[in-house]
Amino acid sequence: MKNTLFALLLAAAATAGAQSPAPGVDELVAKANHAAYYQGKSGRARVAMSIKDAQGRERTREFTILRLDLEPAGDTSDTFAGDQDFYVYFERPADVNKTAYLVHKHVGSDDDRWLFLPGLNLVKRIAASDKRTSFVGSDFFYEDVSGRGTDADTHELAETSATYYVLKNTPKDPKSVEFASYKMWVHKATFIPVKAEYYDAKGEKIREAQALEVQTIQGFPTVTKSEMKDLRTGSTTTITYSKVEYNVDLTEDVFTERYLRNPPRAQLR
Amino acid sequence: MRTNTDLAVKARVFAVGLSALAALAEDPPLPLGLASPAAQPTASAEPALPAGLGVAPAPAEPALPSGLGAPAPSAAAEPALPTGLDAAPKDGASAAAPPSERLLPDELSGFWEARAGVRLQNAVHEKEASIGETRLQVQFDKAGDRAAVKVVSDFLCDPVLDRHTVDLERGDGFLDLRQANLLLRPAEFMDLKLGRQINTWGTGDLLFINDLFPKDWNAFFIGRDDEYLKAPSDSAKAAFFSDWANLDLIYSPRFDSDRYIDGRRLSYWNGQSLVGRDDTVDADTPDDAFRDDEWAARLYRSIGAYEIAAYGYNGFWKSPAGVDPATGRSTFPRLQEFGGSARGPFARGILSLESGWYRSLDDPDGDAPFVRNSELRYLAGYEQELMPNLTGGFQYYVEQMQDYGAYRRALPAGTNPSDEYRQVVTFRLTRLLMGQNLKVGLFTYYSPTDRDTYLRPNVNYKIDDHWIAELGGNIFVGERDDTFFGQFEEDTNLYASLRYGF
Repeated sequence: MKNTLFALLLAAAATAGAQSPAPGVDELVAKANHAAYYQGKSGRARVAMSIKDAQGRERTREFTILRLDLEPAGDTSDTFAGDQDFYVYFERPADVNKTAYLVHKHVGSDDDRWLFLPGLNLVKRIAASDKRTSFVGSDFFYEDVSGRGTDADTHELAETSATYYVLKNTPKDPKSVEFASYKMWVHKATFIPVKAEYYDAKGEKIREAQALEVQTIQGFPTVTKSEMKDLRTGSTTTITYSKVEYNVDLTEDVFTERYLRNPPRAQLR
Repeated sequence: MRTNTDLAVKARVFAVGLSALAALAEDPPLPLGLASPAAQPTASAEPALPAGLGVAPAPAEPALPSGLGAPAPSAAAEPALPTGLDAAPKDGASAAAPPSERLLPDELSGFWEARAGVRLQNAVHEKEASIGETRLQVQFDKAGDRAAVKVVSDFLCDPVLDRHTVDLERGDGFLDLRQANLLLRPAEFMDLKLGRQINTWGTGDLLFINDLFPKDWNAFFIGRDDEYLKAPSDSAKAAFFSDWANLDLIYSPRFDSDRYIDGRRLSYWNGQSLVGRDDTVDADTPDDAFRDDEWAARLYRSIGAYEIAAYGYNGFWKSPAGVDPATGRSTFPRLQEFGGSARGPFARGILSLESGWYRSLDDPDGDAPFVRNSELRYLAGYEQELMPNLTGGFQYYVEQMQDYGAYRRALPAGTNPSDEYRQVVTFRLTRLLMGQNLKVGLFTYYSPTDRDTYLRPNVNYKIDDHWIAELGGNIFVGERDDTFFGQFEEDTNLYASLRYGF
């Protein structure tokens, strides 16, 4: 009897939850995208990456990343999901020390990317247009780091649980990507995508991303540790973000050739 | 196609329907999300919430990540600043960066390497070894907000050369000071860089038109790391920035020539025959400070994704481009240059266009037999990612001699004339393998007019975070001994290196 009562109470609670306005799929996708890539108007983080191959050999990367949202002035809607600038300053391993990488991310078209090679003092334009290639040799793709355009896929709400909205995403242009679909678990309260599973055309799981740790920083729930597994190669990359800061003092000129050649010390701290 | 909103509505209706059932039935079925895992087919595949996202999730669900804590009640439609989240998460503690294993202070970095190479043909004019050196590069960086100091110095032992006296201009001896400069930011719109520095601009890939900063062709042809193609200059650089355009001005009080092919390391065509260590270049290098000076300027800006630039240079031909008939010594005639470039996305890759007008001031009419004629140079290049981790590049380059008629008339009898249009095409293929730790590349220069070829195969493997092994070659093929790449046929070499970075 006691158990039945408890169950009823829970059912009532679930009912209350279900009756509160659940977001539509588009809104949900927009919010998840925002929570993952657009918190604050700008950001800075120190990133430590550990790449472990199937044999257990580990390689590391350390860099600082700066981000600026190119929001129209006066936009206070907090729903911006447009172009962004990224600046990545590498410190480890030794062979990429002081290498700088600049991305002008364009939603819906190819990004512009530059690489600064300090030994030659050379600013090189990067021809790579495929956003689904490895980022600095890790299991994360460029797109995992800078965001995949929400227009690139069709989205369905596959299920809703007490904790998650589960989205099934199917690419509009299947030939442009290595997967046939992916499933994403979006945390209901924060809209943080907690897990993503990528499937090939045979329905086999090929990649798996998971948030391992979240901290609230300046009021923004922030993934501070995440992991990407490539199930075909057996390789796993773990990213740890530290010294995360939002709404840092960044202007667009930091994301130009001037600062590629001479790193913005004050902004990198 | 069903719309997303439809789905959401259906999901909600379904949930409401279930709870209505729960209210009506005597022994109600548990609502979605609360049933036991076995009875709930969808939940079994759910991820565990990461640390921070949740309290005690249902067993089959993903565990919330640490930091996402207790699910905030119905925060769905609100901005993500829930008060309910601030209890659980903790700041900064768990995500501290892993302690660095470096023993050296952050200001110091560099590498040690050993590099050896051999000629593949009988070396008539040079030693069998093309390179055999060990090198320690130490880099010191110290930076504040408005000033930065940089010193990059190489210490090396190089038995291929017989002379070991330190010559910082030529890069001879056990010490090669690559950079030693002070960067200042006297105003928001201005940067100053003073001292020994390496400068690079222009859009070519291993082809240079408007970049008239010194190159080390010896290093390039014997298989040192690419960074050694650029030799340092002792200069003052002022860079001005504005919304309209940016301007770089570089002044070198004393001419810095290329580290050109002079026979000590690589054999070359001296005008009559192939020679080497037995007949090194005897050059009269302009070296009078503040009189034999160089100016280089670049005015540049971006228009959307496209970068455009205009360039100017006043100084000397960077490698010997004349002979003093009285002494027989090689000379560096005066040179003035103006040019422009554009670079930006095109089709699925990057297109580059560049041109320059080389004005040989000591031969204004092109009829001086011992001074190189003026030239127009053009370059068009395209690079594209062909598939993930495979990049291909192509360039077409032309040197057009001006006053060609005057050149032919003034040519000493018995000399093979150069073409009016020297053309070079280049191909680059770069493949990244094994998690981008193995790089296999081939860069090819081919001149249809000179009928010569220069191949630069290279295999580079990152053994771990510190060690890098490299194998490569410099292969010259030509029909004749007096063409640009053909003259180096005897210098064809293979090399290997091992580097430890710190």
